Amino acid sequence: MSGAFRISGAGRLSQAKTARFSFDGQSYSGIEGDTLASALLANGVHLVGRSFKYHRPRGFLSAGAEEPNALVEIKRDAARKTPNVRATVQELYDGLAAQSQNRWPSLAFDVGAVNDIASPLFSAGFYYKTFMWPKAAWKSLYEPKIRAAAGLGVAPDQPDPDHYSARFAHCDVLVLGGGAAGIAAALAAAETGVRVILADEQAEFGGSLRFESGAKIDGRDGFAWAQAAITRLKAMDNVRLLARTTAFGYYAQNFVGLVERVSDHLQNPGRELPRERLWQVRAKRVVLATGAIERHMVFADNDRPGIMLASAARTYLNHYGVAVGRNVGVYTANDSAYAAAIDLKKAGVNVAAIVDLRDNPTGPAIDEARALGIEINFGRAVIRAGGKLRVSSMTVQPKNGGGERTVPVDAILMSAGWTPSVHLFSQSRGKVAFNDETKRFVPGIYAQDCVSVGACNGTDGLSATIDEAYAAGAKAAKDAGAKAAKGTKPKVDASESWSRGMLGAAPGAGPDTTVKAFVDFQNDVTAKDIRQAVHEGMRSIEHVKRFTTNGMATDQGKTSNMHGLAIAAETLGKPIPQVGLTTFRAPYTPVTFGSIVGHARGQLFDPTRKTAIHPWAEAQGAVFEDVGQWKRAWYFPKAGDDMHAAVDRECVTVRKTAGLFDASTLGKIEVVGPDAAKFMELLYTNPWEKLEPGRCRYGIMLREDGFIYDDGVVGRLAADRFHVTTTTGGAPRVMNHMEDYLQTEFPHLNVWLTSITEQWAVIAVQGPKSRDIIAPLVEGIDMSDEALPHMSVREGKICGVPTRLFRMSFTGERGFEVNVPADYGQAVWEALWAEGQKHGACAYGTEAMHVLRAEKGYIIVGQDTDGTVTPNDAGLDWAVGKKKTDFVGIRGMSRTDLVAKGRKQLVGLKTKDPKVVLEEGAQIVGDPKQAIPMKMIGHVTSSYWSENCGRSIALALVAGGRDRMGETLYVPMPNGTIEVEVAGMVFFDEKGERLNG
Amino acid sequence: MLLIRCPYCEEERPELEFRNAGEAHIARSANIAGESDDDFEKFFFIRSNPKGIIYERWRHMHGCARFFNAVRDTISDKFIMTYKAGEPKPVKLPGVAK
Ligand SMILES: [Zn+2]
Repeated sequence: MSGAFRISGAGRLSQAKTARFSFDGQSYSGIEGDTLASALLANGVHLVGRSFKYHRPRGFLSAGAEEPNALVEIKRDAARKTPNVRATVQELYDGLAAQSQNRWPSLAFDVGAVNDIASPLFSAGFYYKTFMWPKAAWKSLYEPKIRAAAGLGVAPDQPDPDHYSARFAHCDVLVLGGGAAGIAAALAAAETGVRVILADEQAEFGGSLRFESGAKIDGRDGFAWAQAAITRLKAMDNVRLLARTTAFGYYAQNFVGLVERVSDHLQNPGRELPRERLWQVRAKRVVLATGAIERHMVFADNDRPGIMLASAARTYLNHYGVAVGRNVGVYTANDSAYAAAIDLKKAGVNVAAIVDLRDNPTGPAIDEARALGIEINFGRAVIRAGGKLRVSSMTVQPKNGGGERTVPVDAILMSAGWTPSVHLFSQSRGKVAFNDETKRFVPGIYAQDCVSVGACNGTDGLSATIDEAYAAGAKAAKDAGAKAAKGTKPKVDASESWSRGMLGAAPGAGPDTTVKAFVDFQNDVTAKDIRQAVHEGMRSIEHVKRFTTNGMATDQGKTSNMHGLAIAAETLGKPIPQVGLTTFRAPYTPVTFGSIVGHARGQLFDPTRKTAIHPWAEAQGAVFEDVGQWKRAWYFPKAGDDMHAAVDRECVTVRKTAGLFDASTLGKIEVVGPDAAKFMELLYTNPWEKLEPGRCRYGIMLREDGFIYDDGVVGRLAADRFHVTTTTGGAPRVMNHMEDYLQTEFPHLNVWLTSITEQWAVIAVQGPKSRDIIAPLVEGIDMSDEALPHMSVREGKICGVPTRLFRMSFTGERGFEVNVPADYGQAVWEALWAEGQKHGACAYGTEAMHVLRAEKGYIIVGQDTDGTVTPNDAGLDWAVGKKKTDFVGIRGMSRTDLVAKGRKQLVGLKTKDPKVVLEEGAQIVGDPKQAIPMKMIGHVTSSYWSENCGRSIALALVAGGRDRMGETLYVPMPNGTIEVEVAGMVFFDEKGERLNG
Repeated sequence: MLLIRCPYCEEERPELEFRNAGEAHIARSANIAGESDDDFEKFFFIRSNPKGIIYERWRHMHGCARFFNAVRDTISDKFIMTYKAGEPKPVKLPGVAK
């Protein structure tokens, strides 16, 4: 026998298949098919956790996903430690190792339990009240202490080694919940031939048929009928069954998110299986068959291990063959707990007494209990439970007061009634309605194409449930386009039915305020806390919830919300619907980050873009930097070089001889068509109509507000064809911006836009020797200054492949940009490199490129501009067509504030000490002696050491900057104030003679 | 995830393929350079941000890449209809009471 509390002949598990497992280091034996909870209970273990706030000993409340207490850590190896696993859901496998949480040094003796004694400190709203003052203590003292003391499990500290997969699926009818209702609906829909998905969170379908021993359908035991029906569904091609799958979120247009737990239940999952699979299902119709959840009774010390829901005790007995005690008490306000008492009694467990809050209930369950000789006490309450690590007694009193009697028990089964699971319905934006007679919220107004059936719809009784569900399944299929149903409705031969129960605190929970009668077990919220919240002025249930944290734990108040609401309503003296219901939010049960992230981790998180020349740079030992998704060669260190040495050498070499630079990441867009020039006139500030084919122009693009959006050199290849370049980071947004205007504002223009960024590799060859390097490889292009002057473009061949050869410069040196089809990029680069070697040229990276352009005062959009800089601010007025009557930004840039005096303008800065390099982003002030906070008049946008200038150089945006030439300004830094002089933006070759040098 | 009907592809496609592009039917003046400060303010800065029916621009970014217009209810998030760029603002909306 696997466990002293396993009852031979009871349950559905095969005793032959044992599984060893451990809990807190202690070894136990269970049976395959057990949950960790049932296996521990079979061994008589009830104490499994400590509560969140008071560190009170806790056991199992439930046998399912609603479990608030029995959260454990499952450890497969150092990296596979999963905290907060509900032991009632975790399936047992041989070798499973579980640990209790939130206790120190041990579960039975927990130092934190002192919180239970000091509990007045931790009453409702204690976070807000106790830790308000002093403010500084929150960060240094309170928060770390609270985080350490409170809390659930410990998050894993290593990267998750498991993988997670994701699927999209479409179906006609999605049935959520695989109990009697869900199976009946799925059968009805599937029999019509439409595509059906049936999902259930349990390992086996059947729902509450797992414990409902009184159910008989089509002549068999309810659970056996369910398994037969599942076998039938499994054989149908149009049906997909998803067990161990929780629908956690219901989104717009019947889009439902589900997580399938693929391998957490396996002993050796193997690397080929994902741990979980995310299903994103779009369904024409959704059938909600999510059932109902039993509520506990709210009385003093109702959280002692051994006190659990009556249906849970039945499940442990009827499905797992486990008795939750040897001498159980029952405390109820409805019939369903009687069935538990009856089943346990029949299995040989002593039922000490049934305590029923109702005065004189009648019915077959009561008659049967009485016939079995079980003591029944009507009109009485359990006012307190005895015991600490395990319940030892229940104290019974007439509900209106009177003599107490203490009954020894080792378990209490309780039932306050059933709460329909309207979570998904509510997430679908449906509106729930309160049924005053049955005291429950049920689906009211639907917002989507879905229907609720069975217990989640407030339908009582198996017959009514099957009728409703089967009809709903057939209708959903029909609405989704099915012809006609061919099947027959399952026939219910026998069933159980449950009455209504109660909401709120039972007599044992007050009005005395010293007792702990738990409403929300996971967040340690008592009836007293809810009353206190109302007394302290909370009126809305949303406020009560946040003040007390009722329903805010990981179980999202599945067992506690209705009790909390009823207590608040009673204290407020208002009917329940007027107090309202808190919002149900996704996820229904906690979802791992892994399942949401799926494969989008590591290298698959974001694409990495590499240029055609990347492998060459890599082989040369280049250091790369990330520019958006691109990897760009940053600098090329030689042995012993640090970054500065490499960059200095590259900068000097370019100006002395020449350098090769991979500019392939530059955005490139081809603007083609009869109206191409007209379009360019509208999208750029510059004039284009008169630009001759074969010539280039530096273009500035504005947004409609008049601020610089992008820039780049544009070559006119033909009257109707422009080769436009953009910044590396700006390419997609420039393309979007152009398309937007072309499609919506200027659709009359006959123009076609094509992104050609990845089609052309670009090799910049810059420096006095650049022409000498390129010329030997070029065919069909006259390379003389007369034929190919600065800012011109020619098409021809290089190394035998087509090229668009630009004469242009981003260094101030004579320069070229060789565009070749990307496939030839590396070959042409290598040929140019070989030529370059003859002249002592170097390869240079983005850092040297930045320094060289800054020496010339060429701006980088996004670095020297920030979205609030006009062409005038940047000193680029010359690039704005003065005679133009329209371009994007023409009106915006003439706004009063944009032409006002004193705007920040781009200028050069020279530090008084040439060796000092400013920090980019540093603030600039006029008077360093002024009081703090100082008036900041600008900031440094670019700053480098320039080996070519033999000093530091910087660009800055400074208020009225161009009127301050020669003025001394100050840059206050933590280690002292740096003096700077305002200068022009060009630091090297001011006359620009080297462009033809 | 919403389904959005692209009026060019004539298909409902998932939201992931689309990108919102702000309010629709805000015409750029043919004489924008001559606009008054007030008119430019209205054109460039002022948006209606209604609770209820909104006319907005979308782009089928990862599809046909066309810009189009849509009518959406900002309360329910439901798309009431979509139509091609340049078509007039619909007066009668299917399934929406006046
Ligand atoms: Zn489209």
